[in-house]
Amino acid sequence: MSYFSNGAWWWPYLFILVAGFAATDVWRFLGVYLGGKLSEDSDLLVLVRTMATALVAAVIGNLIVFPGGALAHTSFGLRIVAAALGFVAYLASGKRMVVGIVTAELLLLSGLYLNF
Amino acid sequence: MSTWTSDVTAPRSTWFLRGVRAAFSLPGLILISSFIGFAALAKDAGVTAAQAAFMTGTVWALPSMVVLVGAIASGAALPAAMFAVTLSAIRLMPMVMALMPEMRTGKTRQCVLYLLAHFVAVTSWVLAMERFKRVPPQMRTTYYSGLGCTLVTINIIVVTVVYAAADALPSAFSAALLMLTPMYFLTSLWGSARERAGHVAMILGLVFGPVFHIVLPRIDLLVAGLIGGTAAYGWHLWRGKARAA
Repeated sequence: MSYFSNGAWWWPYLFILVAGFAATDVWRFLGVYLGGKLSEDSDLLVLVRTMATALVAAVIGNLIVFPGGALAHTSFGLRIVAAALGFVAYLASGKRMVVGIVTAELLLLSGLYLNF
Repeated sequence: MSTWTSDVTAPRSTWFLRGVRAAFSLPGLILISSFIGFAALAKDAGVTAAQAAFMTGTVWALPSMVVLVGAIASGAALPAAMFAVTLSAIRLMPMVMALMPEMRTGKTRQCVLYLLAHFVAVTSWVLAMERFKRVPPQMRTTYYSGLGCTLVTINIIVVTVVYAAADALPSAFSAALLMLTPMYFLTSLWGSARERAGHVAMILGLVFGPVFHIVLPRIDLLVAGLIGGTAAYGWHLWRGKARAA
Protein backbone atom coordinates (compact mmCIF):
# COMPACT_ATOMS: atom_id res chain seq x y z
CA MET A 1 0.00 0.00 0.00
CA SER A 2 3.03 2.32 -0.03
CA TYR A 3 4.00 4.57 -2.96
CA PHE A 4 6.57 2.15 -4.35
CA SER A 5 4.87 -1.14 -3.40
CA ASN A 6 2.99 -1.58 -6.68
CA GLY A 7 4.77 -1.81 -10.02
CA ALA A 8 1.81 -0.58 -12.09
CA TRP A 9 2.50 2.79 -13.80
CA TRP A 10 -0.81 4.24 -12.56
CA TRP A 11 -0.36 3.39 -8.88
CA PRO A 12 1.75 6.48 -7.92
CA TYR A 13 -0.80 8.70 -9.66
CA LEU A 14 -3.68 7.08 -7.80
CA PHE A 15 -1.68 7.49 -4.58
CA ILE A 16 -1.23 11.21 -5.31
CA LEU A 17 -4.91 11.61 -6.20
CA VAL A 18 -6.16 9.97 -3.00
CA ALA A 19 -3.52 11.03 -0.46
CA GLY A 20 -2.82 14.42 -2.06
CA PHE A 21 -5.61 15.80 -4.21
CA ALA A 22 -8.61 14.46 -2.26
CA ALA A 23 -6.98 15.22 1.10
CA THR A 24 -6.45 18.90 0.22
CA ASP A 25 -9.43 19.74 -1.99
CA VAL A 26 -11.95 18.39 0.51
CA TRP A 27 -11.03 21.37 2.74
CA ARG A 28 -11.15 23.82 -0.14
CA PHE A 29 -14.63 22.64 -1.17
CA LEU A 30 -15.81 22.70 2.43
CA GLY A 31 -14.46 26.26 2.65
CA VAL A 32 -16.57 27.36 -0.34
CA TYR A 33 -19.62 25.66 1.14
CA LEU A 34 -19.20 27.21 4.59
CA GLY A 35 -17.90 30.54 3.27
CA GLY A 36 -21.27 31.13 1.60
CA LYS A 37 -22.87 31.32 5.01
CA LEU A 38 -20.70 34.16 6.29
CA SER A 39 -20.37 37.80 5.24
CA GLU A 40 -16.97 39.43 4.78
CA ASP A 41 -16.99 41.42 8.02
CA SER A 42 -18.61 38.75 10.20
CA ASP A 43 -16.97 38.38 13.59
CA LEU A 44 -16.75 34.61 13.10
CA LEU A 45 -14.61 35.26 10.03
CA VAL A 46 -12.09 37.02 12.28
CA LEU A 47 -11.75 33.71 14.18
CA VAL A 48 -11.42 31.79 10.90
CA ARG A 49 -8.70 34.22 9.73
CA THR A 50 -6.76 34.07 13.01
CA MET A 51 -6.83 30.24 12.90
CA ALA A 52 -5.61 30.19 9.28
CA THR A 53 -2.89 32.69 10.14
CA ALA A 54 -1.75 30.76 13.22
CA LEU A 55 -1.59 27.52 11.16
CA VAL A 56 0.53 29.06 8.41
CA ALA A 57 2.71 30.73 11.07
CA ALA A 58 3.19 27.30 12.65
CA VAL A 59 4.44 26.01 9.26
CA ILE A 60 6.89 28.96 9.12
CA GLY A 61 8.10 28.26 12.67
CA ASN A 62 8.69 24.61 11.82
CA LEU A 63 10.50 25.45 8.58
CA ILE A 64 12.94 27.64 10.54
CA VAL A 65 13.32 25.52 13.69
CA PHE A 66 13.12 22.05 12.05
CA PRO A 67 14.18 22.56 8.42
CA GLY A 68 14.93 19.85 5.85
CA GLY A 69 17.57 19.38 3.17
CA ALA A 70 20.64 21.58 3.11
CA LEU A 71 19.12 24.06 5.58
CA ALA A 72 19.14 21.30 8.23
CA HIS A 73 22.96 21.44 8.21
CA THR A 74 23.00 25.09 9.30
CA SER A 75 22.98 26.02 13.01
CA PHE A 76 19.73 26.80 14.81
CA GLY A 77 21.12 30.11 16.11
CA LEU A 78 22.13 31.29 12.65
CA ARG A 79 18.67 30.57 11.22
CA ILE A 80 16.88 32.34 14.07
CA VAL A 81 19.15 35.41 13.95
CA ALA A 82 18.90 35.65 10.15
CA ALA A 83 15.09 35.32 10.19
CA ALA A 84 14.62 37.72 13.14
CA LEU A 85 16.89 40.44 11.75
CA GLY A 86 15.36 39.97 8.31
CA PHE A 87 11.94 40.56 9.83
CA VAL A 88 13.19 43.65 11.70
CA ALA A 89 14.62 44.98 8.41
CA TYR A 90 11.23 44.35 6.76
CA LEU A 91 9.44 46.38 9.45
CA ALA A 92 12.10 49.13 9.51
CA SER A 93 11.94 49.56 5.74
CA GLY A 94 8.21 50.26 5.85
CA LYS A 95 7.12 46.66 5.18
CA ARG A 96 9.14 46.08 2.03
CA MET A 97 9.31 42.32 1.57
CA VAL A 98 12.41 42.42 -0.64
CA VAL A 99 14.41 44.16 2.10
CA GLY A 100 13.42 41.57 4.72
CA ILE A 101 14.09 38.57 2.50
CA VAL A 102 17.42 39.85 1.12
CA THR A 103 18.65 40.76 4.63
CA ALA A 104 17.86 37.29 5.98
CA GLU A 105 19.48 35.58 2.97
CA LEU A 106 22.66 37.69 3.16
CA LEU A 107 22.96 37.00 6.90
CA LEU A 108 22.47 33.27 6.34
CA LEU A 109 25.00 33.10 3.51
CA SER A 110 27.62 35.19 5.35
CA GLY A 111 27.05 33.07 8.45
CA LEU A 112 27.64 29.91 6.40
CA TYR A 113 30.72 31.49 4.81
CA LEU A 114 32.12 32.32 8.27
CA ASN A 115 31.24 28.80 9.50
CA PHE A 116 28.75 29.75 12.19
CA MET B 1 -13.00 55.81 -1.59
CA SER B 2 -12.43 53.07 -4.16
CA THR B 3 -9.23 53.07 -6.13
CA TRP B 4 -10.69 50.99 -8.98
CA THR B 5 -13.66 53.18 -9.99
CA SER B 6 -11.79 54.53 -13.03
CA ASP B 7 -11.16 50.95 -14.18
CA VAL B 8 -14.68 49.69 -13.75
CA THR B 9 -15.34 49.80 -17.50
CA ALA B 10 -12.30 47.64 -18.42
CA PRO B 11 -13.41 44.39 -20.15
CA ARG B 12 -13.22 40.96 -18.55
CA SER B 13 -10.19 39.91 -20.66
CA THR B 14 -8.22 42.86 -19.28
CA TRP B 15 -8.88 41.73 -15.73
CA PHE B 16 -7.86 38.17 -16.62
CA LEU B 17 -4.55 39.50 -17.99
CA ARG B 18 -4.06 41.66 -14.91
CA GLY B 19 -4.44 38.47 -12.87
CA VAL B 20 -1.84 36.79 -15.10
CA ARG B 21 0.47 39.75 -14.54
CA ALA B 22 0.02 39.55 -10.76
CA ALA B 23 1.69 36.12 -10.94
CA PHE B 24 4.85 37.84 -12.20
CA SER B 25 5.54 39.58 -8.93
CA LEU B 26 7.86 39.15 -5.99
CA PRO B 27 5.58 36.60 -4.26
CA GLY B 28 5.32 34.75 -7.58
CA LEU B 29 9.12 34.68 -7.94
CA ILE B 30 9.59 33.46 -4.39
CA LEU B 31 7.01 30.74 -4.97
CA ILE B 32 9.06 29.60 -7.97
CA SER B 33 12.15 29.34 -5.78
CA SER B 34 10.14 27.37 -3.21
CA PHE B 35 9.09 24.96 -5.98
CA ILE B 36 12.74 24.58 -6.98
CA GLY B 37 13.34 23.42 -3.41
CA PHE B 38 10.32 21.12 -3.56
CA ALA B 39 11.45 19.52 -6.84
CA ALA B 40 14.84 18.77 -5.27
CA LEU B 41 13.07 17.18 -2.28
CA ALA B 42 10.73 15.08 -4.47
CA LYS B 43 13.53 13.90 -6.74
CA ASP B 44 15.48 12.81 -3.67
CA ALA B 45 12.46 10.77 -2.50
CA GLY B 46 12.30 8.85 -5.79
CA VAL B 47 9.27 10.60 -7.28
CA THR B 48 9.55 10.90 -11.08
CA ALA B 49 9.36 14.23 -12.94
CA ALA B 50 5.91 13.41 -14.39
CA GLN B 51 4.60 12.40 -10.95
CA ALA B 52 5.99 15.58 -9.36
CA ALA B 53 4.38 17.72 -12.09
CA PHE B 54 1.09 15.86 -11.57
CA MET B 55 1.35 16.43 -7.82
CA THR B 56 1.96 20.15 -8.37
CA GLY B 57 -1.19 20.51 -10.47
CA THR B 58 -3.50 18.34 -8.35
CA VAL B 59 -2.42 19.13 -4.78
CA TRP B 60 -1.20 22.73 -5.21
CA ALA B 61 -0.35 23.51 -1.62
CA LEU B 62 3.34 23.45 -0.88
CA PRO B 63 3.18 22.44 2.82
CA SER B 64 0.83 19.54 1.96
CA MET B 65 3.09 18.50 -0.91
CA VAL B 66 6.09 18.49 1.40
CA VAL B 67 4.13 16.32 3.85
CA LEU B 68 3.08 13.97 1.02
CA VAL B 69 6.66 13.58 -0.23
CA GLY B 70 7.78 12.97 3.36
CA ALA B 71 5.18 10.20 3.69
CA ILE B 72 6.27 8.70 0.34
CA ALA B 73 9.94 8.77 1.38
CA SER B 74 9.19 7.08 4.70
CA GLY B 75 7.25 4.30 2.94
CA ALA B 76 3.94 5.22 4.56
CA ALA B 77 0.84 3.26 3.53
CA LEU B 78 -1.84 5.10 1.54
CA PRO B 79 -4.24 5.67 4.50
CA ALA B 80 -1.45 7.01 6.73
CA ALA B 81 -0.22 9.35 3.99
CA MET B 82 -3.75 10.55 3.35
CA PHE B 83 -4.33 11.25 7.03
CA ALA B 84 -1.14 13.27 7.36
CA VAL B 85 -1.91 15.34 4.26
CA THR B 86 -5.53 15.84 5.38
CA LEU B 87 -4.29 17.27 8.68
CA SER B 88 -1.75 19.51 6.95
CA ALA B 89 -4.42 20.87 4.60
CA ILE B 90 -7.05 21.87 7.17
CA ARG B 91 -5.69 25.40 7.11
CA LEU B 92 -6.95 25.69 3.51
CA MET B 93 -10.56 25.69 4.70
CA PRO B 94 -10.43 28.93 6.73
CA MET B 95 -8.32 30.49 3.96
CA VAL B 96 -10.98 29.64 1.36
CA MET B 97 -13.71 30.79 3.76
CA ALA B 98 -11.99 34.15 4.14
CA LEU B 99 -11.40 34.58 0.40
CA MET B 100 -14.75 33.49 -1.04
CA PRO B 101 -16.90 36.32 0.38
CA GLU B 102 -14.55 38.77 -1.38
CA MET B 103 -15.12 37.09 -4.76
CA ARG B 104 -18.82 36.34 -4.44
CA THR B 105 -21.31 38.78 -5.93
CA GLY B 106 -25.04 38.21 -6.44
CA LYS B 107 -24.40 36.80 -9.91
CA THR B 108 -21.44 34.49 -9.16
CA ARG B 109 -22.16 30.85 -9.99
CA GLN B 110 -21.34 28.38 -7.23
CA CYS B 111 -19.45 25.97 -9.55
CA VAL B 112 -17.03 28.77 -10.51
CA LEU B 113 -16.15 29.23 -6.83
CA TYR B 114 -15.57 25.47 -6.38
CA LEU B 115 -13.24 25.46 -9.40
CA LEU B 116 -11.33 28.54 -8.24
CA ALA B 117 -10.99 27.17 -4.71
CA HIS B 118 -8.49 24.64 -6.09
CA PHE B 119 -6.05 27.51 -6.72
CA VAL B 120 -6.13 28.61 -3.09
CA ALA B 121 -2.72 28.24 -1.46
CA VAL B 122 -0.63 30.69 0.52
CA THR B 123 0.83 32.72 -2.37
CA SER B 124 -2.34 33.21 -4.42
CA TRP B 125 -4.29 33.84 -1.20
CA VAL B 126 -1.91 36.51 0.04
CA LEU B 127 -1.76 38.14 -3.42
CA ALA B 128 -5.56 38.11 -3.74
CA MET B 129 -6.26 39.42 -0.23
CA GLU B 130 -3.79 42.22 -0.87
CA ARG B 131 -4.91 43.17 -4.41
CA PHE B 132 -8.65 42.50 -4.44
CA LYS B 133 -9.30 46.00 -3.08
CA ARG B 134 -8.08 47.33 -6.43
CA VAL B 135 -10.28 44.90 -8.44
CA PRO B 136 -14.01 45.57 -8.96
CA PRO B 137 -16.01 42.85 -7.11
CA GLN B 138 -17.66 41.46 -10.27
CA MET B 139 -14.20 41.02 -11.90
CA ARG B 140 -12.51 39.27 -8.97
CA THR B 141 -13.27 35.69 -10.09
CA THR B 142 -11.80 36.51 -13.53
CA TYR B 143 -8.75 38.15 -11.97
CA TYR B 144 -8.23 35.19 -9.64
CA SER B 145 -8.50 32.60 -12.43
CA GLY B 146 -5.83 34.49 -14.41
CA LEU B 147 -3.60 34.53 -11.33
CA GLY B 148 -4.26 30.90 -10.31
CA CYS B 149 -3.87 29.32 -13.78
CA THR B 150 -0.62 31.20 -14.36
CA LEU B 151 0.92 30.27 -11.00
CA VAL B 152 0.09 26.57 -11.47
CA THR B 153 1.35 26.45 -15.08
CA ILE B 154 4.62 28.26 -14.32
CA ASN B 155 5.42 26.01 -11.38
CA ILE B 156 4.63 22.77 -13.25
CA ILE B 157 7.21 23.95 -15.80
CA VAL B 158 9.66 24.87 -13.03
CA VAL B 159 9.38 21.43 -11.40
CA THR B 160 9.96 19.70 -14.75
CA VAL B 161 12.95 21.91 -15.56
CA VAL B 162 14.57 21.31 -12.16
CA TYR B 163 14.34 17.54 -12.70
CA ALA B 164 15.98 17.92 -16.10
CA ALA B 165 18.66 20.33 -14.88
CA ALA B 166 21.81 19.51 -12.94
CA ASP B 167 21.36 17.48 -9.75
CA ALA B 168 23.98 19.02 -7.55
CA LEU B 169 23.55 22.60 -6.40
CA PRO B 170 26.18 23.93 -3.97
CA SER B 171 24.86 23.23 -0.48
CA ALA B 172 24.99 26.88 0.67
CA PHE B 173 22.87 27.74 -2.37
CA SER B 174 20.33 25.02 -1.53
CA ALA B 175 20.19 26.22 2.09
CA ALA B 176 19.54 29.79 0.91
CA LEU B 177 16.75 28.51 -1.38
CA LEU B 178 15.14 26.64 1.51
CA MET B 179 15.29 29.79 3.66
CA LEU B 180 13.30 31.76 1.06
CA THR B 181 9.99 30.06 1.85
CA PRO B 182 9.82 30.88 5.59
CA MET B 183 11.07 34.44 5.02
CA TYR B 184 8.50 34.95 2.31
CA PHE B 185 5.66 33.59 4.48
CA LEU B 186 6.91 35.62 7.46
CA THR B 187 6.80 38.98 5.66
CA SER B 188 3.79 38.43 3.40
CA LEU B 189 1.59 37.06 6.18
CA TRP B 190 2.37 40.03 8.42
CA GLY B 191 1.58 42.45 5.59
CA SER B 192 -1.72 40.82 4.63
CA ALA B 193 -3.23 40.75 8.15
CA ARG B 194 -6.62 42.47 8.19
CA GLU B 195 -6.69 43.27 11.88
CA ARG B 196 -4.30 43.41 14.82
CA ALA B 197 -5.53 39.97 15.93
CA GLY B 198 -3.87 38.59 12.77
CA HIS B 199 -0.48 39.70 14.08
CA VAL B 200 -1.18 38.17 17.49
CA ALA B 201 -2.21 34.91 15.76
CA MET B 202 0.98 34.95 13.73
CA ILE B 203 3.29 35.37 16.73
CA LEU B 204 1.45 32.62 18.64
CA GLY B 205 1.60 30.30 15.63
CA LEU B 206 5.34 30.88 15.17
CA VAL B 207 5.96 29.78 18.77
CA PHE B 208 3.30 27.04 18.99
CA GLY B 209 4.36 25.37 15.70
CA PRO B 210 7.79 24.21 16.90
CA VAL B 211 6.53 23.61 20.48
CA PHE B 212 3.74 21.27 19.36
CA HIS B 213 6.08 19.73 16.78
CA ILE B 214 7.92 18.32 19.80
CA VAL B 215 4.91 17.66 22.05
CA LEU B 216 2.35 16.41 19.48
CA PRO B 217 4.37 15.76 16.31
CA ARG B 218 1.57 14.36 14.17
CA ILE B 219 -0.99 17.07 14.78
CA ASP B 220 1.34 19.98 15.55
CA LEU B 221 0.05 22.34 12.86
CA LEU B 222 -3.57 21.60 13.65
CA VAL B 223 -3.19 22.19 17.40
CA ALA B 224 -1.03 25.29 16.91
CA GLY B 225 -3.65 26.75 14.57
CA LEU B 226 -6.62 25.94 16.79
CA ILE B 227 -5.06 27.18 20.03
CA GLY B 228 -3.16 30.12 18.53
CA GLY B 229 -6.15 31.21 16.45
CA THR B 230 -8.62 30.91 19.34
CA ALA B 231 -6.32 32.81 21.70
CA ALA B 232 -5.83 35.62 19.15
CA TYR B 233 -9.60 35.77 18.64
CA GLY B 234 -10.10 35.97 22.42
CA TRP B 235 -7.65 38.85 22.50
CA HIS B 236 -9.62 40.50 19.66
CA LEU B 237 -12.91 40.20 21.61
CA TRP B 238 -11.30 41.38 24.86
CA ARG B 239 -9.80 44.41 23.11
CA GLY B 240 -13.14 45.24 21.50
CA LYS B 241 -14.81 45.16 24.92
CA ALA B 242 -12.02 47.16 26.59
CA ARG B 243 -12.41 49.79 23.89
CA ALA B 244 -16.21 49.93 24.22
CA ALA B 245 -16.00 50.31 28.01
